[in-house]
Amino acid sequence: MEIKFFTGLQFSDLGFLGEAALKTLMVSGVAIGAGTLLGILFGWILYQGRWVAAASLGLVLDAFRSVPLIIQLVLFFNLFPILGLPLEPFTAGAIVLAFYTSALVASIVQGGIEAVEKPMRRAARSLGMSYWQDMIYVVWPIGLRAVFPSWVGVALSVIKDSALVSVLGYVELLRASQILMTRTQEPFIILSVVGAIYFAISFPLGLYGQHLEKKWSS
Amino acid sequence: MDYNFHWRPVFRSLPDILEAATKTLEVSILSIFLGIAFGVLLAVAKMNGPRPARWLAISWIELARNTPALFQLFFFGFGLGAFGIHFSPYMIILLGLTFNNAGYLAETFKGGFNAVPPTQLRAARSLGMTPVQAYVRIVMPQVFKIVYHPMTNQLVWAVLMSSLGMLVGFRELSGETQFFASKTFRIFEYFAVTAVIYYVIVKFILGVSRLIAWRAFRWGDT
Repeated sequence: MEIKFFTGLQFSDLGFLGEAALKTLMVSGVAIGAGTLLGILFGWILYQGRWVAAASLGLVLDAFRSVPLIIQLVLFFNLFPILGLPLEPFTAGAIVLAFYTSALVASIVQGGIEAVEKPMRRAARSLGMSYWQDMIYVVWPIGLRAVFPSWVGVALSVIKDSALVSVLGYVELLRASQILMTRTQEPFIILSVVGAIYFAISFPLGLYGQHLEKKWSS
Repeated sequence: MDYNFHWRPVFRSLPDILEAATKTLEVSILSIFLGIAFGVLLAVAKMNGPRPARWLAISWIELARNTPALFQLFFFGFGLGAFGIHFSPYMIILLGLTFNNAGYLAETFKGGFNAVPPTQLRAARSLGMTPVQAYVRIVMPQVFKIVYHPMTNQLVWAVLMSSLGMLVGFRELSGETQFFASKTFRIFEYFAVTAVIYYVIVKFILGVSRLIAWRAFRWGDT
């Protein structure tokens, strides 16, 4: 009897890749959502906080940007069980990715708040607006315009970086391609399809970001 | 918390890990220089090359910027294997990082070239400089000053990306750490120390680049 180790590519494998692509979008979506909210909070603290708070937060966020994401993922994935709460690869990956995102978003948000000129804000306050009214109705819309394109850039890089969550065993797009390659021994075709999927996600969003940047700067 | 931290095995293998860190530095610096060379070529090709060169440059740049770095490494590692092209882990990392760096730096250089007004080139030429002189003495120093900061950022990215060597079997800082961690099961301890080493490397690079900028451009703060 002949034993076959490898089986050829099947049509259903495309479904497998599609499902994995959705998982990539899911983990990056959660991370971008949570990371953006956290990043806005952190960015505001960096701008407004007392210097002790701002400096220590800045130091921590800087560490997230200065250590490879893959090291962060492995480190925290192994830290959670030590602290007594073992997490699934998806949860652990999403948490680490969210904090990583927040570190990137925080500096963007800080820049966004600084982009709103002081006289504008003084004018708002002297019209009788409260601090939060000034923040919500003046700083937010103007600052958002200034930094939204960079936020799109961050979101794109997080989608691409989410490929690293595969080291924790989460079967996202790139991990799925690895599994298929091992089974079918057709690396070139599979990697081309996977690359095309990533490209199809990332490229239009990048164009959209550029479009906004051009539109708003004119 | 009933976990006992064991740091001793980490400190015992610290010399090996630090030696691996030099490999990380070596491959990142090499890849950034190659990336600068290819990046300039790509930028020039994209701006005013003949049509085939322009298409090649655009596809290179967009592929590098719109797919994960790990995907690019897999492509050099496994994808080309379909054509019987096999690289050593070191080459996979070097080629992957160079491909990625060149794609990102090409856009940086394009911005840098565009930021120098074309009248400067004409002025230099009308002063009697040859085209080469005009580029080397007038245009390039200004471009270099504009792209210097993004370039150092790209070097930092290269160092961080080289950690993917762990996944293609290259024993640089991360790969070596992974090796020891799986030998001793002290995963957290090993990776914590490695994280600190990466932090120090990144800060060191930024410090040195600031020093060079201060010497070269008389800048204080950027």
